[in-house]
Amino acid sequence: MSDWFAQYNYIVVIILMMTGLYIVFSSRNLIKKLAGLSVFQTSLFLLYITIGKVSGGQPPILLEDKSYGKDGGGQSLLSGPVEVAAGDAAFILPGPGSDVLYSNPLPHVLILTAIVVGVATLSIGLALTVRIREVYHTIEEDEIEAADFVYNLEGTAD
Amino acid sequence: MSDPEAKFGRDPHVLLRVIAKFLIPLIALFAFYVQFHGDYGPGGGFQAGVILAASVILYALIFGLTEAKKAFPPRLIRYGMTLGVVLYGGTGVVNFILGGEFLNYSNLASDPAAGQHYGILAVELGVLITVTTVMIAIFYAFGSRQPETSNEDW
Amino acid sequence: MSGIMTAASEPSFVVPVLLLDISLLALLVVVAFAIVRMRSLFAIVMLQGVYSLVSAAWFVSLDAVDVAFTEAAVGAGVSTVLMLSAMLLADRKSTPVPMRRQLGALTVVIIAGAAMLYAVGDMPAFGDPNSPANSYVGMDFMAKTAEEIKIPNVVTAVLASYRGYDTFGEVVVIFSAGLGVLLLLGLNGNAGRWEAKPNGQVIKDRTAPSASQADAPQSDQPEMEAST
Repeated sequence: MSDWFAQYNYIVVIILMMTGLYIVFSSRNLIKKLAGLSVFQTSLFLLYITIGKVSGGQPPILLEDKSYGKDGGGQSLLSGPVEVAAGDAAFILPGPGSDVLYSNPLPHVLILTAIVVGVATLSIGLALTVRIREVYHTIEEDEIEAADFVYNLEGTAD
Repeated sequence: MSDPEAKFGRDPHVLLRVIAKFLIPLIALFAFYVQFHGDYGPGGGFQAGVILAASVILYALIFGLTEAKKAFPPRLIRYGMTLGVVLYGGTGVVNFILGGEFLNYSNLASDPAAGQHYGILAVELGVLITVTTVMIAIFYAFGSRQPETSNEDW
Repeated sequence: MSGIMTAASEPSFVVPVLLLDISLLALLVVVAFAIVRMRSLFAIVMLQGVYSLVSAAWFVSLDAVDVAFTEAAVGAGVSTVLMLSAMLLADRKSTPVPMRRQLGALTVVIIAGAAMLYAVGDMPAFGDPNSPANSYVGMDFMAKTAEEIKIPNVVTAVLASYRGYDTFGEVVVIFSAGLGVLLLLGLNGNAGRWEAKPNGQVIKDRTAPSASQADAPQSDQPEMEAST
């Protein structure tokens, strides 16, 4: 079943991306444009995270090796709690001996910061929209262009 | 039937206010958990900053912007925005002074791994302060703007 | 590196994970198409929040817990609030665009989408542990974090230490975005009362180009606070 869907995520991401782009291109309302831009941006995040997925993997938070103080059968050799200094815990890494797999952390890091930067830039766009609305009393691009056209005619007449 | 106004006063949002008063400290506490547990579980400065800002934004939504500005004064924002960036960059400069590379925290302690821990803690604190104050600043900026159309025009 | 990866386990997906992936992505497509069709800006903003929340759920199913956390807090929380408050200051409805004028956009989007779909065959299979993206630097970070930084969350280690320079840049970007919003709107909502001098003619807010067509202008009260 997974063979059929090997490229499914990419196809959906492309559809979503193009939908976002279409909203940006086709709508004349500035806030709707920004919503489309945000859809476009989130679809890009989906692409990165899809690439970073490792099948059978788990989140890139290293598991601690809890096998110290135990014998082969998992029985604890100590009666009390084991004291381990901070930073001394061994981590389970993927490799020949272990059956643990982690997903790729690098795309996660890139996208994590991109999300927060995305909301910061979105707010700049919204602030510009608010200012445009205060001056032109509309956020429809057509009406803004018409107002500019009329204004330029009047401006040159003086 | 008894008059609800006599029972609960004129405030129609009393339930909202009571629950929010209970929730807002928990949200702020959760933000600090996310911040300082970010080394061990999912979380970090970016998420904690946004959650902390969300607690102030919730306060502003429920109790009004003037009350929120008393709780989190706008003048803190100017200092906070810069303080976070300076804390981040300053950590790098301290590494310079201690004879290492910019933002290589290994020389902050005798043990390189412990130095990395301290460095990550300082840097994440800088991220927290900047993200929190910027998000609150953006919300204050939008919230204080006078809308041109009244609520009846919706 | 690739030899190690193949030794670990076969790339096989548990069916529930795959079903979750398929259904959440299908939901995202539905929401995105709904945004295209909607005209009420309130509905568009709320659907955009839904889109973020669904994608956050999808991120969890793909092991990106940190990203999911951020997307849920930022995308579904703060950005929805910001868009709502901006919408309150702007319009409630978007005027429909006639179909004739959408054809150009549709053509461009379809051509670009077709070009990208043509290239999909070259992408690595979903979840391939031996793909180039998953083989080199990402897995090196994993191994080195365990011995150099010794914290379990590799994402935090890479974010704050290995790519600390990059994150510094991101913090500066956020800082400047906040600065930009404050310059445009002002903390007390009174920044930038509109005054321009195109063609040497002083234009103020009240005599803005289309002011005559619009509804009654607001009172000048917020401008009183400008000096404080």
